[in-house]
Amino acid sequence: MPDTLTTPDAGTTEATTAPLELSLQGALNLALDEILAENPKALVLGEDVGTLGGVFRVTSGLAAKHGSERVFDTPLAESGILGMSIGLAMAGFHPIPEVQFDGFAYPAVNQIVCQLARMNYRSRGTLPMPVTLRVPSFGGIRAPEHHGESLEALFAHVPGLKVVSPSDPQQGYSLLRAAARMADPVIFMEPKSRYWQKGQVTPEGGAPSSKLSGARIARPGRHLTLVAWGAMVARCLQVAELAAEDGIDVEVLDLRWLKPIDGDALAASVGKTRRAVVVHEAPRTSGLGAEVAQVITERCFGTLKAPVERVTGFDVPYPSGDLEDEYIPNIDRILFGIQRVLEYKRG
Amino acid sequence: MQTSGQSTTAPGRGALANAPREPLPQLPVVDPVTPGELVELYRLMTAVRHLDRAAISWQRQGIIPAYAPELGQEAAQVGSALAVDTRRDFVFPTYRELGVARACGVDMVEYMATHKATWHGGLWDPAAAHVAPIQAVVAGSVLHAVGWAHGQTLEARGELPEDGYNVAITYLGDGASSQGDVHEAMNFAAVFKAPVVFFVQNNGWAISVPTEKQVAGGSVSARGAGYGIPALKVDGNDPAAVLTATRRAVAHARAGHGPVLVEAMTYRRGPHATSDDPGRYRTLEEERADAGADPIGRLRERILAEGAADTAALDAAEAAAAAEAEQVREGVLALGPRPGAEMFDLVFQETTDELERQKANWQEETESRKESEDA
Repeated sequence: MPDTLTTPDAGTTEATTAPLELSLQGALNLALDEILAENPKALVLGEDVGTLGGVFRVTSGLAAKHGSERVFDTPLAESGILGMSIGLAMAGFHPIPEVQFDGFAYPAVNQIVCQLARMNYRSRGTLPMPVTLRVPSFGGIRAPEHHGESLEALFAHVPGLKVVSPSDPQQGYSLLRAAARMADPVIFMEPKSRYWQKGQVTPEGGAPSSKLSGARIARPGRHLTLVAWGAMVARCLQVAELAAEDGIDVEVLDLRWLKPIDGDALAASVGKTRRAVVVHEAPRTSGLGAEVAQVITERCFGTLKAPVERVTGFDVPYPSGDLEDEYIPNIDRILFGIQRVLEYKRG
Repeated sequence: MQTSGQSTTAPGRGALANAPREPLPQLPVVDPVTPGELVELYRLMTAVRHLDRAAISWQRQGIIPAYAPELGQEAAQVGSALAVDTRRDFVFPTYRELGVARACGVDMVEYMATHKATWHGGLWDPAAAHVAPIQAVVAGSVLHAVGWAHGQTLEARGELPEDGYNVAITYLGDGASSQGDVHEAMNFAAVFKAPVVFFVQNNGWAISVPTEKQVAGGSVSARGAGYGIPALKVDGNDPAAVLTATRRAVAHARAGHGPVLVEAMTYRRGPHATSDDPGRYRTLEEERADAGADPIGRLRERILAEGAADTAALDAAEAAAAAEAEQVREGVLALGPRPGAEMFDLVFQETTDELERQKANWQEETESRKESEDA
């Protein structure tokens, strides 16, 4: 799958804007600003997204700039937000609803799973659902209960949904722009612990790249592939630096799209390194790591030097802040995972 | 905390406890139903009655696996549906709205396709018909109607169009009124002043649970006041009364005054569905007492008494309805399964490589199976 992330099509470079230093929050804000300017049917709705600009300020200033009709606060009810977005899509709009925190997607599950994901199918393609649902996701900010959930496996399991998670400001900008061009529902999982991390962002500058799909290699390596998404990509990059000190050359694959999963990218990477560790914050059992491991096994069984290892959260409710560093895969646990794979001996 | 210049006894928002309630808006008055409309109601209700009865027979004959009859709700369904204009308005039915669909001009074979297990939601084009697909989740589409309706006000950019807003009408029952989505929908609709009509068919039963064990306070329409939504309660077995009430509701929403709630008191004369056994939860005596006179019989008497049509004309409508049901039966019988590839092709607008792989694999295995069967 082509990666058109930072390299606009040849011949359109003159329209490209210079790179900007932005946080993930700022990059997402820029993307939404451009989406609203470019697509008159785009709407932003949710709790506190208007005047306040969202609790993470991702929608800051958008209501003032694009009008409080197009960027509007809703009553505090997630099922209502999603159900309303479905109706707005039926009326020809491209809603970009926000669920304020991952755990509050649960009250909207009926609308997401039974309605949003199925309307295109039920209506035989006559009522498309171009809805981009933004969900501040994952843990790492010592938040109250239900404010640090990892729901990717839940959403990825639902036919009719596409799921994506950016790992840095550039990814956030480009993937949100890409998601908002899609004619299908996309669950856009923003790693909230990375909102304030800055990075270089090259805006499209009026030369929209084609639809962005597939995984990307965040760091090339030869000995082992770390597969991650969201906030775990940055952690895996740290791990790779530490491993390099011991002479282990780790490749970090940023999966980006959790549905559909880029099997070709996984096969290319692990086909080369012959070892893989999947890292995610979500609980282990039936987590997306199992799916990734199976895709790798199907494609690379003959060349694998060890079973695909998983370093994940535990099968426990997401713990309070004091314990979350024990729960979220930390550098040591990922290094242990790497060690297990490297030292694996066939029995 | 004290702000400078403020009295130390100012109640602030506490004073709102004594604020008078805003009166509910008055609904507009509409023209009375004409004799010609009475005959049209009769024609449609008779057609619906024949189709509904026929569908039960088809289930018994093994032509369709299941059906949820609307027997007794013809007046509520046809009366309300005639109040909207599907060239501009949008209808959100549940799974018991045969009468609504028929009155809105939905192709009845394409409608029955859902009951024949051909395709969930039916085969008609909901975007073109302005009738949403059949909805199996009670209250599932109530919020969609609010979203669609709010979309109409957004399209108008805050300026009421000369011919008013396009209006959404959403159907729900007394059972569905217990769903949280209905609360969210009514609150959202009122907050956004969305042009939507909530049409409740209170048919007395949610499968086996009677309204009195379902609806606290005994009335769904009474809840409207809590949202500042004007509500009408109407004899749901009187099609002219239903048509008038719904027209008033639609006119109110069209004029930009926001949502309206209509509760049509009717009765589910039949079972919940062809698999149901009402004898386990209600007696025949209770059925007779609660059902009252047949809505179609009542209408027929009225039409004849008012001279809107003669017996011959009504009998002709009856014959046409019987013929239509027979014609639909043939269409349903001829309805074959959809190509299996549609399972894959209609999931997304833009399909995925993984789905294409699964489809190719399915096709390969299907062909291989057929070959071995043929051999």
